[in-house]
Amino acid sequence: MCVALPGKVVELNGNMATVDFSGNKVIADSGLVDVKVGDNVLVHAGCIIQKMDDELACEINELFNEIEGLSI
Amino acid sequence: MMDLKEIVKALKEYDGEEVRIMEVCGTHTASISENGIPSMLSDKIKLISGPGCPVCVTVTAVIDKLVELSMREDTIVLTFGDLIRVKGSSKSLADAKGDGAHVKMVYSPMETVKLAEADPDHTYVFAAIGFETTTPVYAMVLEKAIEKGLKNLKLLTSLKTMPQVIRWVVNNGGGIDGFIAPGHVATITGSNEYKELSEELGIPFVVSGFEGPQLLTTIYALVSMKGKTGVRNMYKGAVTESGNNKAKEIVNKYFVPSDASWRGMGKIPGSGMVLRDEYRMFDAGSYDLDEDHMPVGCCCASVLVGKIKPCDCPLFGKSCTPDNAHGACMVSTEGSCYNYFVSGRK
Ligand code: SF4
Repeated sequence: MCVALPGKVVELNGNMATVDFSGNKVIADSGLVDVKVGDNVLVHAGCIIQKMDDELACEINELFNEIEGLSI
Repeated sequence: MMDLKEIVKALKEYDGEEVRIMEVCGTHTASISENGIPSMLSDKIKLISGPGCPVCVTVTAVIDKLVELSMREDTIVLTFGDLIRVKGSSKSLADAKGDGAHVKMVYSPMETVKLAEADPDHTYVFAAIGFETTTPVYAMVLEKAIEKGLKNLKLLTSLKTMPQVIRWVVNNGGGIDGFIAPGHVATITGSNEYKELSEELGIPFVVSGFEGPQLLTTIYALVSMKGKTGVRNMYKGAVTESGNNKAKEIVNKYFVPSDASWRGMGKIPGSGMVLRDEYRMFDAGSYDLDEDHMPVGCCCASVLVGKIKPCDCPLFGKSCTPDNAHGACMVSTEGSCYNYFVSGRK
């Protein structure tokens, strides 16, 4: 139940956002985050809980950068 | 720069001192099992599931109270799907529903507002369990209820916070060398939340995303940080140092820290949240729900704190399966027993 899914805001109506999860559209409350149409967001229990920085999220090289210099 | 292949190879061939890594988030537990990560690691790297499944750590007194409320003429209990099948000291909410009690499963706590508004003759109680990720959603429910002047909406809270339980696990025999910090909790709290804890406990924390490569890189980082302190954020796309301040503000408006009872651990000081005194009219009786009666033979209490693995429970896979779950850890899709069972993890 602690799961949060990433999606994209495709419509905004006051505090109600329509979020697209690869084709599945769900209405989520946007009261916890300031969002605009086009933002990538994380939705948990019907609420947007955070914006996702898409480039960073997808950039696997970013991860490898993070462990640069670490060895085991 | 290292690439994934090198990381995978290094993790398989690792032959240093044993490293015990705990993941405290049920969604990580599920993802680790789904991606078959344990079999990709050297025997010297042990992954241990921690107390991060909200349904699993809920004590029976909370479920008993919900069952009692659902049997009242004028009350309807709303819950997430996971909780409905977890047994209290004698029955689950699903059992109660079968006996005619008023229980309804919903997708979001926000639905409580709509339902209560449309039906002023009944009181709607949401089973508000969860960690830092979900508490802001409950605060939003209250904000909306107050805006609309609703008097027939209440929460039965069993809200918990992570740093205190992590400290408890480490100080009670844990033997843990590093933590995969809970990713979705950290979107709200921020990664800084773990800085002080890392220094205090003398072990490293890495905030991780939920994909296989993210988890493998996180494990690599934790192995290399064994014996050191520090926090690394490997989920930068969603987690910042300070988290979601708007969410933190609204949580503080409605809730205050409190002691909380955890399955298998008892009462841990400061490890929960309850409604502030001025909002108590929205509380459905959440105080002093501490009792916990485990089903006979169920070892959830030891599983939750990493003392034994699910497959070490004598009932695991025999009388206890997802279709006939004895304990909450086998009911919830985030539970350790459920995940070990469905993935065949040893
Ligand atoms: S396998 Fe079943 S009985 Fe054993 S600890 Fe897990 S939930 Fe409890």
